[in-house]
Amino acid sequence: MRARRALLELLAPVALVVAAGLLGTVVSQTLEIYVITALISVATVVAIYVFVGNSGVLSFGHISFFAVGVWAAGVLSIPETEKPATMPYLFDFLSSTTVGNLPSLLIAAVVAGVFALLVGLPLMRLSGLAAGIATFAVLGITNNILRYYEKIGPGLNTFSSVPETTDLLQATVGAVLVVVAAFAYQRSRFGRQLRASREDPAAARAVGVSIYRQRLLAFGLSGFLAGLAGGLYIHFIPINADAVYLDLTFITLAMLVIGGTTSLWGAVVGALFVSALDTALAEAEAGVTVLGRAIDLPSGSRIIVVSSVMALVLILRPGGLTGGREFSLPRLRTAGAR
Amino acid sequence: MSEFLRDAIDLQVQVDAIGLGAIFALMAVGIGLVFGVMRLVNFAYGQLIMAGAFAIAFASERDWPVGVGIALCFAVVLALSLAMERVVFRPLRTQSAAVMLIATFAVAFLLQSIALLWFGPLGKTATSLVQLNRPVEVGGVDIRKITIVAIVTAAVCLVLLVALLNRTSIGLHMRAAAIDAQTARLLGVRANAVSTVSVLIAGALAAVVAVMLTVQFPTVTPTFALQETILVLAGVVVGGMTRLLSATLGGFSIGYVSGVLGGALPSAQSQYLPSLVFGLVILVLLLRPDGLFTRGRGLVERV
Repeated sequence: MRARRALLELLAPVALVVAAGLLGTVVSQTLEIYVITALISVATVVAIYVFVGNSGVLSFGHISFFAVGVWAAGVLSIPETEKPATMPYLFDFLSSTTVGNLPSLLIAAVVAGVFALLVGLPLMRLSGLAAGIATFAVLGITNNILRYYEKIGPGLNTFSSVPETTDLLQATVGAVLVVVAAFAYQRSRFGRQLRASREDPAAARAVGVSIYRQRLLAFGLSGFLAGLAGGLYIHFIPINADAVYLDLTFITLAMLVIGGTTSLWGAVVGALFVSALDTALAEAEAGVTVLGRAIDLPSGSRIIVVSSVMALVLILRPGGLTGGREFSLPRLRTAGAR
Repeated sequence: MSEFLRDAIDLQVQVDAIGLGAIFALMAVGIGLVFGVMRLVNFAYGQLIMAGAFAIAFASERDWPVGVGIALCFAVVLALSLAMERVVFRPLRTQSAAVMLIATFAVAFLLQSIALLWFGPLGKTATSLVQLNRPVEVGGVDIRKITIVAIVTAAVCLVLLVALLNRTSIGLHMRAAAIDAQTARLLGVRANAVSTVSVLIAGALAAVVAVMLTVQFPTVTPTFALQETILVLAGVVVGGMTRLLSATLGGFSIGYVSGVLGGALPSAQSQYLPSLVFGLVILVLLLRPDGLFTRGRGLVERV
């Protein structure tokens, strides 16, 4: 029974992601773009969940790992012939190397993971508000450097000529891989130790859990996965440093909170729910006519709805849509309780 | 390096840095006061200031008298503060600090996107008070009038606040709630009244800051005061959130430090100013996680 329940906890989010991917094959070209964006959001939010959800420590800094992934994959996969034109100040070893699609994703994940480990080394000693502000500071520093340090990327400019290799299949596979990794982690002894420290730090310490070490491990893994998500993103849409700062931090945290911070199922549901809402609003913005008057909503209106929904969910259901629980069938839930 | 030091102790740079520190200190008081009473970090504080700034710009574009613009600014900010307290803060009072912080994050983005829809990304211009930007010469140093106004206003506001906290019964209630909200309630302190008053005072301070910031930065955009608020939040946590005084000192320090660094860094490096300031923030948090200006160590449950 326990094994079946565990299987269900993995299969439900995976099935939801695959279903979203399959949906992308039957819809129009425009909608397919939204589906791919949603799948990358799932990967990003689950990556954040690996740390925030399991440790209970708030992090505003994960988009900096995402951004590092974007930079690593983007800079390395632009063809050598294009680099001098768009990024003239690049370090020699960066301008003379070009890697393929999959290696660039792997490098993005590894670089982001190593960056997260290095940042976590001092930062994981903090908790509560100090941790929140410190991770925010990491985000500020990372963005500031990516924005102006032109030896490692395009600086203020938008990435151009990155091969657009992230299609529906890659995005789905990427999201599923991240979900499986998150599941494997949270069922491992490391994940369980970290979750124990989230519930009761003092008791966890009493049975020999090193909270610092477990948090650091989760932070590194979560940075690795966020870097992968960033790599997938830059192979999909050309972006600049503005796109990987406060707005993305807000929207991904909103997805996690709306879904339910403490479960993998919640992270996936939240990401897909907010993406669906976002898509519906975007479609409405594009062409709704009310009483013969075309309504053309500016781009800000989507954030208005998303932030209102987020505030409402927090007020009415502080545990998020899933209540922070993993997926389970009603019958199985009662059987487990017995 | 020596050039950097010479610039850093330059009187002009110092005066400007203290002026910036004074404004940051006021914002820190607004954030620290609400935190003390409700244990809530208000990320949306900057958007209150932004709303007030838009009110001033709105009045200034219609050539209304300065007094009307300032009154409008106060009205808008206080009304928004009250609404925020009723609709968001009060229902979430029993939640964890993280949930409340994320909720105010949502409110911040809500207000910002409303402003974006309403006024567009380029914003509006507030020109009614720019004459305060003119310098007066004091002992060979050009001091902009607004710097003097900022320092004096900050001092007056702080004295008034201290008087309110120490000499009135609502102030006593607020201090009691800040020390132990539950016991205070048992002893008859009305939680709703205390939180409303603290949010209103914080709102009034936000309006004051809005007036002074629009003088220095007359272009009001939806992201007005956002950068400042992030810095002040960092400063407040660095200073120590448990006491209003340490939070205020933290806010002042971060304003002062960024003022000095901004004035003394050579222009080639000044684009990395945020990195330097945030780096200092991380350093201080690592050395003194409970706050730079707090006494003793925080309580960590021992096993």
